[in-house]
Amino acid sequence: MTTQDPIYKTDALIAEDIDAYLEAHQHKTMLRFITCGSVDDGKSTLIGRLLYDSKMIFEDQLAALESDSKRSGTQGEEIDFALLVDGLAAEREQGITIDVAYRFFATEKRKFIVADTPGHEQYTRNMVTGASTADLAVILIDARKGVLTQTRRHSYLVKLLGIRHVVLAVNKMDLVGYEQETFERIVADYRAFAESIGIEEFTAIPISGFKGDNITGPSQNTPWYDGTALLPLLEEVEVEDSRDQAGPFRMQVQWVNRPNLDFRGFAGLIASGQIRPGDPVRVLPSGKTSTVARIVSLGGDKDLAVAGESVTITLADEIDCSRGQVIVASQSPLEVADQFESTIVWMDENELVPGRAYWLKIGTQTVSATVAEPKYEVNVNTQEHLASKTLDLNAIGVANITTDREIPFAPYAENRDLGGFILIDKLTNHTVAAGLLHFALRRAQNVHWQATDIGRDHHASMKHQKPAVLWLTGLSGSGKSTIANIVEKKLARMNRHTFLLDGDNVRHGLNKDLGFTEADRVENIRRVGEVAKLMTDAGLIVITAFISPFRSERDMVRGMMQPGEFVEVFVDTPLEVAESRDVKGLYAKARSGQLKNFTGIDSPYEHPESPELRIDTTEMTPEEAADLIIARLIP
Amino acid sequence: MDTKTLTHLQRLEAESIHILREVVAEAENPVMLYSVGKDSAVMLHLAKKAFYPSPPPFPLLHVDTTWKFQDMYKLRDKAAKDAGMELLVYQNPEAKERGINPFDHGGLHTDMWKTEGLKQALDKYGFDVAFGGARRDEEKSRAKERVFSFRSANHRWDPKNQRPELWRLYNARKTKGESVRVFPISNWTELDIWQYIHLENIEIVPLYFSQPRPTVERDGLLLMVDDERFPLKDGEEPQMRSIRFRTLGCYPLTGAVESEAQTLPEVIQEMLLTTTSERQGRAIDHDQAASMEKKKQEGYF
Repeated sequence: MTTQDPIYKTDALIAEDIDAYLEAHQHKTMLRFITCGSVDDGKSTLIGRLLYDSKMIFEDQLAALESDSKRSGTQGEEIDFALLVDGLAAEREQGITIDVAYRFFATEKRKFIVADTPGHEQYTRNMVTGASTADLAVILIDARKGVLTQTRRHSYLVKLLGIRHVVLAVNKMDLVGYEQETFERIVADYRAFAESIGIEEFTAIPISGFKGDNITGPSQNTPWYDGTALLPLLEEVEVEDSRDQAGPFRMQVQWVNRPNLDFRGFAGLIASGQIRPGDPVRVLPSGKTSTVARIVSLGGDKDLAVAGESVTITLADEIDCSRGQVIVASQSPLEVADQFESTIVWMDENELVPGRAYWLKIGTQTVSATVAEPKYEVNVNTQEHLASKTLDLNAIGVANITTDREIPFAPYAENRDLGGFILIDKLTNHTVAAGLLHFALRRAQNVHWQATDIGRDHHASMKHQKPAVLWLTGLSGSGKSTIANIVEKKLARMNRHTFLLDGDNVRHGLNKDLGFTEADRVENIRRVGEVAKLMTDAGLIVITAFISPFRSERDMVRGMMQPGEFVEVFVDTPLEVAESRDVKGLYAKARSGQLKNFTGIDSPYEHPESPELRIDTTEMTPEEAADLIIARLIP
Repeated sequence: MDTKTLTHLQRLEAESIHILREVVAEAENPVMLYSVGKDSAVMLHLAKKAFYPSPPPFPLLHVDTTWKFQDMYKLRDKAAKDAGMELLVYQNPEAKERGINPFDHGGLHTDMWKTEGLKQALDKYGFDVAFGGARRDEEKSRAKERVFSFRSANHRWDPKNQRPELWRLYNARKTKGESVRVFPISNWTELDIWQYIHLENIEIVPLYFSQPRPTVERDGLLLMVDDERFPLKDGEEPQMRSIRFRTLGCYPLTGAVESEAQTLPEVIQEMLLTTTSERQGRAIDHDQAASMEKKKQEGYF
């Protein structure tokens, strides 16, 4: 069937000269690749075949495999290689892999890590995860079916994630009689598409994972094919060492090593370039410069470290540098910005809420960030741009993103470590999205913060008061406005300078363009927060009365204020009580379906977890509540 | 510019060190689970490298079953001392009181000493992150586990609800009560481990090397009579055989292989020419298909 290839014939060397073998194997390189395709394309079979042919399957596993094959295999009496790689029990029963699994095998020249991910559209998340660390992608096509929608989807994701080497494996050639024409037609179809999305180069190989054609060596069944077989190709593809090391030095500081007062080492993984003692460096974003004193390691200091290595370096000068900052070659600094255009892959069941603050982790730094409404969503099957107000699970879109402070970065296309990020939901702590930074938006650079001579302290001292935000939150009809009004009147009698921002009133002016969807509610609160912040800068005591149903947004506003200025007052009224009051008749409308997205009915209210003050309106009058709030403000 | 080509072991080392440091930077109270086997030895060595010249800034925790090989206890105490780390040894008091042992109690032995013992130890000390030396190549369900693997407040693993891990970005943020198991050597294979031990000259338990040792054969497993607690059956007489171990656990549950390999290269040679997988020597995995996945959901490491 296939000619025997000497790739795995190393038993003799192992048996005769193990030391020579070990010496040779210490110099192996490593390649990470991803296989893209569906169950039907024979992806698991191909991986199983690679493991089998490279002797990564032991006799006991093989025996188990044979008995499994008979019990639940799909290949009759033959070994079902797919059973080797389909991991979790539930998946094995369904016959599909539904997550990312990592497989390992090695040849004489290389160690391989294979990310095995499912190919269906609903698993875009998993494929993006597997692709994020891959140097190469094997895109599988069923020779009987040719280029399909899913082939286009996989190729688009491979290109998006910046995988530089693409192999088109036209599989199941045995089922089309090893026809050259079929193979060439598929390759031509694919080439036309690949060029249209910017994949400039790829290698096409006719294979059969099931029969073993063109896997380890040339197959006699495809005499017309004079290219290389799959495994030799995987062994020969250039790894990224030279490209990564050719770039300027960049290292994201992960941890500061301080065993005693005399030693301060900066630990991190080098993202690009090389470094030697004596090299001039700069710390970003502070911009401070120094030179590398030592590259410290357990086995003795080193005179060179390169991209991909985890190191500890010391600097000649005592300069501030902590986790999240980036040490770079001083002559080629990184760009620093707080507004970016980015591509975002949404990975969570809960959709993106534009304007909401998420944690953004890039490299070793975690900052707070908000995503604007997407400019467009990409249809992953056709690559068409669609209008969209949000992104839901597995959706990919382009959107601007704003961080709460400036971060050093490089475009993702240049460097994965400096341009790839994840978004984390602040409440669930789930990883909700992966993103790629493309470029900084000009706005941040051109709109400078104007320092004013009369500052906030001055404003406040003229009014003889400490500014504050009394943030009343609670259900509609809980009594927020009533209480807020009394508070303001009492403060006025005490000669305090105040301003009351009321939910309904703001929606007549500042926010009259906003509705009641989750995204609009977030934006509503964000604007009110900004206004309240300006007012505290002016020295005022701001009282607000907004339902503000989401914890994230209340926390966002809290984060805008000076420490201690934000006083969250939870006006706690049970839903039944608020609904029975129904001062504005809104609950009745919501119950009858005339009013959508009504908090407490068909939109959630997230209770404050630790408010500064909780007012139980079933136990006290509005007057008493107001006194309580004022006592908290002016003890 | 000359390019320095990184070998697979250098890449694996860099990745593991990165993971170790990431945890120390983000966790409140991390701990390293130390089982004294070869994987633990490599993990500990990587920790020394990651934080040098500081000692690794966390303690070692050995969840002890009282049934480990004597040689393991010796190396355990020495390795912790050499690394300048605190060693915590935890033994489930209930298992101790009830005299749970592998000869009389079968699966309950692993469950009480290891699974329950681990949960109790983590709760007792309030560790939020525990490093473990599991590798993805060991077993099918491991292949899909993340490097940062979250456990609910009652220590359960939910394979359907794992966080995606992209690039080198690990999300270590926890919700109240959750804890994390982190596997820094996820991407190493058995061969990588042996090669690295060889290259870095890492001290391992002598049981990995062949020596004449007293043994009995039971249910197809070759067991070593490591101490006087081993109950010999009628007519059973320990025989001296030249044996070594490919994996180490409780001595009554760990099968030896007959071997002449006395040096590390010889061990690697035997491993490469051998045709049975590593875990076959462990009685624990033979129970049923997907048994490991089930154990993990219940809180086994």
